[in-house]
Amino acid sequence: MKNDPKKLMRYTPSERANHWLTAILFFLAALSGLSFFQPLYYPLTLLFAGGVWTRILHPFFGVLMTVSFGIEFFNYRQLNVMTPTDWEWLSRVRQLVGGDDQNMPEAGKFNGGQKLLFWLMAVFMALLILSGIVIWRAYFSFLFPVGLIRFASVIHAASAAVMIGLIIFHIYAAIWMKESIGAMLYGWVRRAWAKQHHPVWYREMTGGGK
Amino acid sequence: MALQSLDIIRRSATSTHPPDQRKTQEVVKLIDVSKCIGCKACQVACMEWNDTRDVIGTNHGVLDNPADLTEDSWTVMRYSEVETDRGLEWLIRKDGCMHCGDPGCLKACPAPGAIVQYSNGIVDFHEENCIGCGYCLTGCPFNIPRLSKKDSKVYKCTLCSDRVAVGLEPACVKTCPTGAIVFGTKEDMLRHAEERIADLKSRGYDKAGIYNPQRVGGTHVMYVLQHADKPEMYHGLPKDPSISAMVSLWKDGAKPLASMALGLGILGAALHYVTKGPNEVSEENEKEFKDEK
Repeated sequence: MKNDPKKLMRYTPSERANHWLTAILFFLAALSGLSFFQPLYYPLTLLFAGGVWTRILHPFFGVLMTVSFGIEFFNYRQLNVMTPTDWEWLSRVRQLVGGDDQNMPEAGKFNGGQKLLFWLMAVFMALLILSGIVIWRAYFSFLFPVGLIRFASVIHAASAAVMIGLIIFHIYAAIWMKESIGAMLYGWVRRAWAKQHHPVWYREMTGGGK
Repeated sequence: MALQSLDIIRRSATSTHPPDQRKTQEVVKLIDVSKCIGCKACQVACMEWNDTRDVIGTNHGVLDNPADLTEDSWTVMRYSEVETDRGLEWLIRKDGCMHCGDPGCLKACPAPGAIVQYSNGIVDFHEENCIGCGYCLTGCPFNIPRLSKKDSKVYKCTLCSDRVAVGLEPACVKTCPTGAIVFGTKEDMLRHAEERIADLKSRGYDKAGIYNPQRVGGTHVMYVLQHADKPEMYHGLPKDPSISAMVSLWKDGAKPLASMALGLGILGAALHYVTKGPNEVSEENEKEFKDEK
């Protein structure tokens, strides 16, 4: 809810709903997938009513996640085009991580790190769905030679590990940068927050004022 | 201890020691291709003992019937007509699980206890633990397991583990009318194979030899081949099979590496938070917008 008329709208209700749908599907896909990846995680199948149900459900979680992530990708792809400022931002990211954001180039709606993460997630999401189809025994594997299935198994496991790593990073960044989670949960952000973290976007939203 | 075999030396997706207090002798089924007449009695015996009944197929113009291994046909005679220096030869190979010393199916399997290897060397599927993912099909170097469309479980030759456990030979061995299939301890079978190879060599098969591929840890189903230098002639029997490097990378490489990397990532994030603190809006900005809260 907007409890202050001067707050800025960062994410629309439909964007928020879709983001959290993607997040839930990611957790379902990751937890079910981990159980096949490493025997130590096999007990995670209990969350999905056992090994057989986990095997049946996992690919569908993946397909649904691809759809909802695909909508996010479509919505945000132009906002995430990398500019020279973004590369400059990335080259100074050490300072930011070290706790000093005074010298960071001014970010728009998304900063260089968010944009890079966006493209990496898109690449690994594509690898996951393509390799996932090849190793989906129930419907598709019979179409492919065993050599390709073996290759796809490696690609699927490796991209899933990278994807989980990217999401850990994404979640931590949101926890670390205070009030970001609120932005995705409730949609509105304070002007002070916007000016601090996304000054170019702040000026766009407020027409250049303070 | 009920119905436990207590001689399990490998158990799929299990990192602790399986129950293997009981020791059994390593066994081998030796198939002498030079003695096989292609009568398919072994196929019939296999279906009878295991109570599987495959669907009636169609004639493909060759003697292979059924045309391939299925979830109901765990062994199939493969007929190859080849020309060698001895003229036209008809090579008939009984195909089925080789019961590898280092089974690729077991390595690939993600379900604890769905695939086991007994100390006698038999690799057995425990279908009640199978989740139907088909990873064993990906791991097998011999293209043996078959996923049932009916129950989504995988099936293959058990080397009649139930018969062997009570001191009987496998059903196919019992029924073979020419003695082309024999069964016994690994030691005895290797000695028997040597005699057979010597006999074949004395009759002009210079390249006669045993098929016991070492890169899969040796097998517990071995062949005596008249042309051991060219196993591919026997309906594509791989010359030097091994578990695919992709499968090893997937199962040996990726698993510990990824878990470690992700664990370190989470640890790193937690350490960063407590050492550097959260990234909050600066006091200066807060003052500028002190009207909002």
